[in-house]
Amino acid sequence: MGQTTAEKIFAAHLRDEPFPGTKVLDLDRVLCHEITTPVAIADLESRGKDRVYDNTKIKAVIDHVTPSKDSKTALQAKMLRDWARRHEIKDFFDIGHNGVCHALFPEKGYIRPGFTAIMGDSHTCTHGAFGAFAAGVGTTDLEVGILKGVCAFREPKSIRINLTGSLAKGVYAKDVILYVIGQLGVNGATDRVIEFHGPVVESMSMDARMTLCNMAIEAGGTSGICQPDMVTVDYLWPFIESEFVSKQAALEEYSRWCADSDADYDKILDFDVSELVPHVTYGYKPDCVKPIDEMVGTKIDQVYIGTCTNGRIEDLRQAAEVLKGRKIAVSLRGIVSPATPKIFQEALSEGLIQIFMDAGFCVTNPTCGACLGMSNGVLAEGEACASTSNRNFNGRMGKGGMVHLMSPSTAAATAITGVITDARAL
Amino acid sequence: MKKTFGGPAIILDRSDINTDEIIPAKYLTEVTKEALKPYCLEDLKLEGFDPNGKTLKNARVVVSRENFGCGSSREHAPWVFEVNEIYTVIAESYARIFRQNMFNCGMLAIELSKADINTLIALGKETTGDLDVQVKLQEQQVIASANGREESFSFEISPFDKALVEAGGWVEYADARY
Repeated sequence: MGQTTAEKIFAAHLRDEPFPGTKVLDLDRVLCHEITTPVAIADLESRGKDRVYDNTKIKAVIDHVTPSKDSKTALQAKMLRDWARRHEIKDFFDIGHNGVCHALFPEKGYIRPGFTAIMGDSHTCTHGAFGAFAAGVGTTDLEVGILKGVCAFREPKSIRINLTGSLAKGVYAKDVILYVIGQLGVNGATDRVIEFHGPVVESMSMDARMTLCNMAIEAGGTSGICQPDMVTVDYLWPFIESEFVSKQAALEEYSRWCADSDADYDKILDFDVSELVPHVTYGYKPDCVKPIDEMVGTKIDQVYIGTCTNGRIEDLRQAAEVLKGRKIAVSLRGIVSPATPKIFQEALSEGLIQIFMDAGFCVTNPTCGACLGMSNGVLAEGEACASTSNRNFNGRMGKGGMVHLMSPSTAAATAITGVITDARAL
Repeated sequence: MKKTFGGPAIILDRSDINTDEIIPAKYLTEVTKEALKPYCLEDLKLEGFDPNGKTLKNARVVVSRENFGCGSSREHAPWVFEVNEIYTVIAESYARIFRQNMFNCGMLAIELSKADINTLIALGKETTGDLDVQVKLQEQQVIASANGREESFSFEISPFDKALVEAGGWVEYADARY
């Protein structure tokens, strides 16, 4: 019997199996941000164990509320900053260099095929786009990861999703994943890894694959995983050039993490996405999704483009393509937050920032901010936001607010008219 | 620190209760667990539920439906229960990270079948007084009593999760072993 990608990664990282079914894995990456790490740091200090297992494998960023908005968030930032300095964590990103963790860390080349990674953040599943096993964990798991470099998991079974056909113009990875979550339900992949396969994924860029994997958790999935291929190698090449004689050699090495054709899956689902249209959420769960035509005309107070789901350069290009030469509705506020400084600079040099500003958008620095109702665009009671983020929970972007999840393209079209709009019809 | 598992239960009769409802993100700027105490279940969308009510204040056990604790990885969700002395959640199923966080803190996330949860919730709804729920970890049994009626349910717990609870949490367990 062959193995899934997750099974191969588990076998290669197994440190201990204290009980049948419980696998303690060695970690290649322990990723940290300022919201969930400070409590772990404080606890380690109080136990007299203020140590790190390997300061080259730990990466840290201040991203959720940055620049700090008040004394409390300033303290969280300070705790992470002081800790990173104390332990000489070289890859620590502060103001001027910081961005949304799940966009920043991949961009720095930290995630490779076959890696294990944890972070105190549920959207860590994003990094599975590189053929890695990447899981969100709580602060205690993070703390043990920092101290010992291990994390315990029940070995997850995998759900294989084959995406066939080809996406129509104006339909994007976000629409695919919203549709898939609608099919699976919010707990359809609990304790499972979602492995994405098929020609649609193969033709996707790394940015689009990260959008797919980012929302695996919204179906309950432990990690999303894409198969490493030449697209993966091309993306990583600047970081791995010295390790391989050629891209072909890198591809051969990374291919060993690809699932075997006779691997055993919990479930195999085939979706032909050729007829797929843009999708939008309603209600307070990410599986409440509808085709766009059923949502058109819904009044919106704010459009938010950014986040670890859709704040990458391709996302900004999609939105700018719709916005070019147009103005946003006077009834509505538009906010765009490029996910990292590099993306911000690319958007500047490509003229995208100009397009956003000409249209009437407010451009913010890279931060998680409004996605979780922290800063930079919190909603008032009764307001509705068209957002490119990943969660529409009650109160997520502000108490009493409603969030409609959608692609950057749909969000941009919505900004122009003030109501949910199909970009293809503009 | 070892914990005792049992006491008056509060029933949250809904599936997919997420961590944003258990503890809204705006409180994640706190750096101590104790500071979370007043905000338990503040944004829960559930008819008849009052986050400031006596039932929640007195509760030591939470009873709920499917996929409890979905959403964010924030351990602030188990912590806000912990600082309110709620060390036990009983539900039909859990989101993975929430369940692991509970055991990692040395607390219990017990799974019962839909039929058992139905019985437990019915018992709680028909009583005018408290629904008392006691957990016997060694026997893997939940004993619920109300109005002089008693029901017992057996549950499964993985040996690893049990070891975590007995060790007082994952840090203690891992530190002794790795």
